Amino acid sequence: MNPRQILIALWTLVVKEVRRFTRIWPQTLLPPSITMTMYFIIFGNLIGSRVGEMDGFSYMAYIVPGLIMMSVITNSYSNVASSFFSNKFQRSVEEMMVSPMPSWVILGGFVLGGMSRGLGVGLIVTLVSLFFTDLTIHHPLVTIGVVTMTAALFSIGGFINALLANKFDDISIVPIFVLTPLTYLGGVFYSIDMLPDFWQGVSMVNPILYMVNAFRYGILGVSDIPVGGALVAVALFIVAFFAVALWMLERGKGIRS
Amino acid sequence: MTTPALSIRGLTKVYGNGFHALKGIDLDVPQGDFFALLGPNGAGKSTTLGIVCSLVQKTAGEVSIYGIDIDRDFAKAKYHLGVVPQEFNFSQFEKVEDIVLAQAGYYGMSLREARPRCAQLLKDLGLWDKRNGPARMLSGGMKRRLMIARALVHRPRLLILDEPTAGVDIELRRSMWEYMRRINREEGTTIILTTHYLEEAESLCRNIAIINHGEIVKNTSVRELLTELDTETFLLDLAEPVDRAPVIEGFEVERVERAQLALSLRKGQQLNEAFRQLSEQGMNVVSMRNRANRLEELFVSMVEGDNARARQAEAGNKEAQS
Repeated sequence: MNPRQILIALWTLVVKEVRRFTRIWPQTLLPPSITMTMYFIIFGNLIGSRVGEMDGFSYMAYIVPGLIMMSVITNSYSNVASSFFSNKFQRSVEEMMVSPMPSWVILGGFVLGGMSRGLGVGLIVTLVSLFFTDLTIHHPLVTIGVVTMTAALFSIGGFINALLANKFDDISIVPIFVLTPLTYLGGVFYSIDMLPDFWQGVSMVNPILYMVNAFRYGILGVSDIPVGGALVAVALFIVAFFAVALWMLERGKGIRS
Repeated sequence: MTTPALSIRGLTKVYGNGFHALKGIDLDVPQGDFFALLGPNGAGKSTTLGIVCSLVQKTAGEVSIYGIDIDRDFAKAKYHLGVVPQEFNFSQFEKVEDIVLAQAGYYGMSLREARPRCAQLLKDLGLWDKRNGPARMLSGGMKRRLMIARALVHRPRLLILDEPTAGVDIELRRSMWEYMRRINREEGTTIILTTHYLEEAESLCRNIAIINHGEIVKNTSVRELLTELDTETFLLDLAEPVDRAPVIEGFEVERVERAQLALSLRKGQQLNEAFRQLSEQGMNVVSMRNRANRLEELFVSMVEGDNARARQAEAGNKEAQS
């Protein structure tokens, strides 16, 4: 395929993916908005007013970046995992396999689709948060960079999950048993300075802690961890995950007999 | 000699569970041909086509599509290929038109180029009125036609149809045959067809290969194959019922129903002679037809013969091992 054809193929796939999650918006865009509104009301307003300040910010302002990031992570991941697995399940993945599209375009199309939903939901949650707190972005480039990279990383993760999955249950295991606990323990609702030394050490091996804190740094200008290192680590994870996903796709893992 | 549309050499497939699906088959399909690949279930047809379409990974062997080795440049070879699989393999929730346009996009066709092509195909295949509805609302026959439209959108030179008329009513089947004949004749599209309706293969195809137990047991033209048919059986409908089968010298006759006879005609025998003798006995034939499709009779005899040989060989092996 020449570069123009590759671009057309990639665009086709991205448009198809975006059309999919916007067509079923009551399942994809509405629930996270409602869930996050509940978080803002209950944790931010009702409980937060009694918690007081955290790192010099109101509790509401402190948890907003974490909740945005939580939405981006879960939506990027689950979009690609469910979409690609549905394609496998309905065998419509064969449409792509019989075409001359290179594997990296297929992977790229799904990842960009997942990122679109993750970032779209992130934007909706951000807009909802404006009803509860003022949001001033201290470092726009860091904010955009971190959220985009995080969406990319978890979209690729969702793709790998879908390749390995044999049944629909297999695509909900990671979000429920891995992503949700890591996100909750990743400093969304608290600063790790509040933890005893041992648990601070344990928290440092949680990759989501770095993303949440780097994003919080972008918005509030405060972080529990060095932001530069976090950005490099996320970038390296993206490269490694992309390479693994591409290798699996090239070998037809889970899709070719 | 022109490059074959599809050339297969020594194609072997062993699945993970050790099942030897293909045992080094060779096959050439000439350009512009209408070719049937026949075989019983599990014979290796779908595995062969799956490898050609990149849905199945081969264990060994070579496959070339219009002279392009799939191991060297599969992407380029895929431009020549359109595939209509056995099972529905599109998203049931997408709009009919979107499914065809997306496929065009996967081949790098711009929307400006794809839209008129898509419209033409949907009109030709009677799906234009359904273009804005979700694919799940289509009937089974319409879904099959949708897969044909999708497979043709990028103008492939080689179209693979894996049981395209399975479960399709006779009227629709005939209209699909007519459409396939037209694209084969007018656009020069090479068509490879697998089917369990042998009448379909006999009616449409010029050349044929029969595959069984992962091996090609016959590869010839339909015309030549039919000359191998030693005996044909005709059902004769009589004007009046008969109590028992008449004796017709030189022919085998059996009474099927009160007013129907089955007449076996061996190679070289004349129907006229049978009619003459029936007429002499005061029996008038009002209509006649083949008891079974001619190709079907040959197919069954070949596959049964091959299966018997395979069973014998297996028994021999077991005996040698014990």
